[in-house]
Amino acid sequence: MKIDPNCRYRSSHEYARKDGAEIVVGISDHAQESLGDIVFVELAEVGKTVAQGDAIGVVESVKAASDIYAPVSGTVVAANGELAGDPALLNKDPYGRGWLVRIAPSKAAEWEGLLDPAAYEKEAAKE
Amino acid sequence: MPYIAATDNERKAMLERIGAASVEELFSVIPASARFPKLKLPLPLSEMEAMREIESLAAKNLCASTSAWFLGAGAYYHFIPAVVDALSSRGEFLTAYTPYQPEVSQGTLQAIFEYQSMASALLGVEVVNASHYDGATALAEAVLMAYNASGAATGLASGGRDKAIVCADLDPEYKDVMRSYASAFPIRLEFLDLPPEAAAIRSDDSTFCVVVPYPSFSGTLGDIAAAATSAHAAGAFLVVHTDPIMCGLLKSPGEMGADIVAAEGQALGNPMSFGGPFLGMLGSSAKLVRKMPGRLVGEAKDAQGRRGFVLTLTAREQHIRREKAVSNICSNQGLAMLRACIYLAAMGRSGMRKVAELCWSKAHYAAGLIAALPGFAVPALGSKQEFFKEFVVLTPIPAAEIADKLSRRGVVPGFPLSRYYPERTHELLVCVTEMCTKGQIELLARSLEEAAE
Repeated sequence: MKIDPNCRYRSSHEYARKDGAEIVVGISDHAQESLGDIVFVELAEVGKTVAQGDAIGVVESVKAASDIYAPVSGTVVAANGELAGDPALLNKDPYGRGWLVRIAPSKAAEWEGLLDPAAYEKEAAKE
Repeated sequence: MPYIAATDNERKAMLERIGAASVEELFSVIPASARFPKLKLPLPLSEMEAMREIESLAAKNLCASTSAWFLGAGAYYHFIPAVVDALSSRGEFLTAYTPYQPEVSQGTLQAIFEYQSMASALLGVEVVNASHYDGATALAEAVLMAYNASGAATGLASGGRDKAIVCADLDPEYKDVMRSYASAFPIRLEFLDLPPEAAAIRSDDSTFCVVVPYPSFSGTLGDIAAAATSAHAAGAFLVVHTDPIMCGLLKSPGEMGADIVAAEGQALGNPMSFGGPFLGMLGSSAKLVRKMPGRLVGEAKDAQGRRGFVLTLTAREQHIRREKAVSNICSNQGLAMLRACIYLAAMGRSGMRKVAELCWSKAHYAAGLIAALPGFAVPALGSKQEFFKEFVVLTPIPAAEIADKLSRRGVVPGFPLSRYYPERTHELLVCVTEMCTKGQIELLARSLEEAAE
């Protein structure tokens, strides 16, 4: 299980990484591994306002289809268009080219409430 | 696939587990008087006696094959080549049960695959699923599919589109089914009494789809390409319900820009059978395939590289995220679909065109004869409105009276619109297919004239 030390996490396996004023959101390496081969990704429309915990996408693998939830509140400012043609990027590079959306956060304090890498590693190891 | 019922021992174990003494005890909530009623049935009959009774009852029916039949309005009398009955009743096809195990279901799976492929070509769309119950449910599913694809259902879109614009000149029973389906979702149905191209112009940023019949219930053909342009300009999908026989001759809805096409497929090799079972056809552009309800069969290769068929795209919401699914339809109409598949294969491209040409020509011949009768009018002819095999006739006396009078003489002249629209007393919907002979069409015209005298 790879953990990106620069990210914060949700126990539902989304990560959030600060990039300037925006937050890059994706699913953890652990999540992609448990889902298996990802075949389809549907993401929120750019411009959509989300609250923390709202659905921002659906990831479908050969085994399951899972909702992806926003780790922070804000506005979706970008969605990874590359995934439509190559959903396997999520398996290959979950923290890099397999990112899902970028959110312009509206509640800075939410970041501190997310799991730090060590806490997430413990959570994920329980499964 | 064998099905083995529970054995006596298994039943006993189950009863013991739930603490019931007998199966009868499970029905104790039903009032005793209604529980095991004594039925006052006549004495049993021998096979010979039963046949005689049933045949004498059947002889009271007015049959399409023994009358001059001009009734359509949703169920259509078309020729069914003998090969359809012969092949579809083969034992290999007898189960319509879910072919989840491809290793024992190649016949069924291939039949579905062939049906999907031929239906795609006919409707002008990239993908058609394994079928739905009937045209009405296919159309209602098409609306839900458009809703789902707009992102409104999943909450992923920024603006919540919740309105479907529906052309009001659609089979009233289809509208009822659509209302039932939509009632479980925050969907608004806006019925507009306008032709397709005019209704589609009303699309706005709250519209997720425009629903257009092609042909309409009263038989007219609107401008689908214009409707598509207007719907798309507003960011809405165009959903079209069509007649698959007509698609053998005229440009298909898919070719004219429809995103989702639904159709009643009964006309393809299935008898009218008192109204069912029918065949719901549903297809769409490839980009919407992930939102398609029902099942889909794909071509694949087995471990030895041989061509085979499997259910595809199955890790889908209908099965595994039921609470999020916009449709829970996972089934299909196996036998009716198989018959349509055989019919399409037997007819071929040129056969489909020929049938459609016969329908068009005979309907237009009939319309011309009727329009010339004193007191009768065919508005579609007068306004140069395009139609295919059905058209409305304005009658000098109530249409229901004419239908009643003529039916007794073996001429079923059409569908009196007063049955659905009480105020439309003097309108008869006439349908002419390839089955109507020139003699029958002339008999219809004469009979109408006499009835009105």
